[in-house]
Amino acid sequence: MGYVFDILPSLLRGTAVTLQVFVITLVLSVPLGLALALLRVSRLRLVGVLVNGYIWLMRGTPLMLQMLFIYFALPFVPVIGVRLPDFPAAIVAFVLNYAAYFAEIFRAGIQSIGRGQYEGARVLGLSYAQTMRRIVLPQVVKRILPPISNETITLVKDTSLIYVLAMNDLLRAARGIVQRDFSTTPFIVAAAFYLTMTLVLTYGFQRLEKKYAVYDE
Amino acid sequence: MTNEPMIRAAGLYKQFGPVEVLKGVSLEVGKGEVIAIIGPSGSGKSTFLRCLIHLETVQRGTIIIEGETLVETDAAGQCRYAQEAELRRIRGKMGMVFQHFNLFPHLTVLQNVIEAPLTVKGLRREDVVPKADALLKKVGLYEKRGSYPSSLSGGQKQRVAIARALAMEPDILLFDEPTSALDPELTGEVLRTMRALAEERMTMVVVTHEMGFAREEASRVVFMDEGSILEERPARELFAAPEHPRTRAFLESML
Repeated sequence: MGYVFDILPSLLRGTAVTLQVFVITLVLSVPLGLALALLRVSRLRLVGVLVNGYIWLMRGTPLMLQMLFIYFALPFVPVIGVRLPDFPAAIVAFVLNYAAYFAEIFRAGIQSIGRGQYEGARVLGLSYAQTMRRIVLPQVVKRILPPISNETITLVKDTSLIYVLAMNDLLRAARGIVQRDFSTTPFIVAAAFYLTMTLVLTYGFQRLEKKYAVYDE
Repeated sequence: MTNEPMIRAAGLYKQFGPVEVLKGVSLEVGKGEVIAIIGPSGSGKSTFLRCLIHLETVQRGTIIIEGETLVETDAAGQCRYAQEAELRRIRGKMGMVFQHFNLFPHLTVLQNVIEAPLTVKGLRREDVVPKADALLKKVGLYEKRGSYPSSLSGGQKQRVAIARALAMEPDILLFDEPTSALDPELTGEVLRTMRALAEERMTMVVVTHEMGFAREEASRVVFMDEGSILEERPARELFAAPEHPRTRAFLESML
């Protein structure tokens, strides 16, 4: 038990990095995903095609590759080439990648709302924007909570990929201690940390689902 | 202007792909009239109604609502709709009640009724709620104001939908088969509400299979078949002695 306390500070520092990547990615990728989904379902045909291409690119290549590309290759790309430090590079990759997944979840949710809702709103004089904001999206939230919850839990674990940019997240911190001390205990402690984080998320999403359960469709 | 009808629709044509749904439909509706549109399914009656409130567009024809042009067609056959802002204003003169209610499931009964006055007209909540409460009392659902639509019966849902349409204070109400999705024992409460509106001289166009309502409440009955109006006469005349053989056949089949 004493050993666990010895390694705790190092693992907690790693957890802080993990949580930072998680929270910043979530806060930025959900609105970006929603914006992409709204563009995707809009009547602008060309925009829809572009969004589709973006989603294909982001879901069709490994997140690790995207991260490596943004960190190592982006500086050499003409015009948009910038050299990002490791943390921003990781965040950009995570946000761009997760926004694509969230966009698909939002799109499916928006398209699951029946035509009658749009017509009901329209004959009452609501504009398209008002219909989306007041009628469609509030109903979409209820329907997409389970897949959003799924994706969010995946994100917690995906944060461990940032080790490729030599950042000390929870898993890399644990692995460092394992290699130093020849003990697998840090892995078990790290697993307990991940499980705690997903438990909190699961509980949070359950609360949200209950909140939205006040009405049936 | 004084004799301007509430609705003037002339020569409406509408195609869905190769199918001609409206083949030159014309109808005038005066203030306070109750028009019942009857006819077999697929005759174009719902499409006609939906064109009036611009849920569908016509390919040719003219629609004038209270003297304001929603769509017109010039001599060359070129069909022109009003600008978007105009369209919304003209459409606002009408309310619509749907077969499947189209209530907003995430909003309570009261919220359903006040949503458009708040969002569209930008009215204040404290001004809107008393009116909404009065409307809910009128349709007999004041006690349900805090309930969600899913907990209501079909008849109650439709009465909420009527209150919701009335909250925008339309001059004309369009009903698209308002009782067709209801269990037979629930149609009565909806028809009673509609009857009360008719007695208040609300201008109404009702697509319906309720022949009793058409006979008793409608000032005129319109019989449509295969995209055309075949007969249009005062209710009593049409039911007593239908002129067109297809009207006769339809009415016989309804009995």
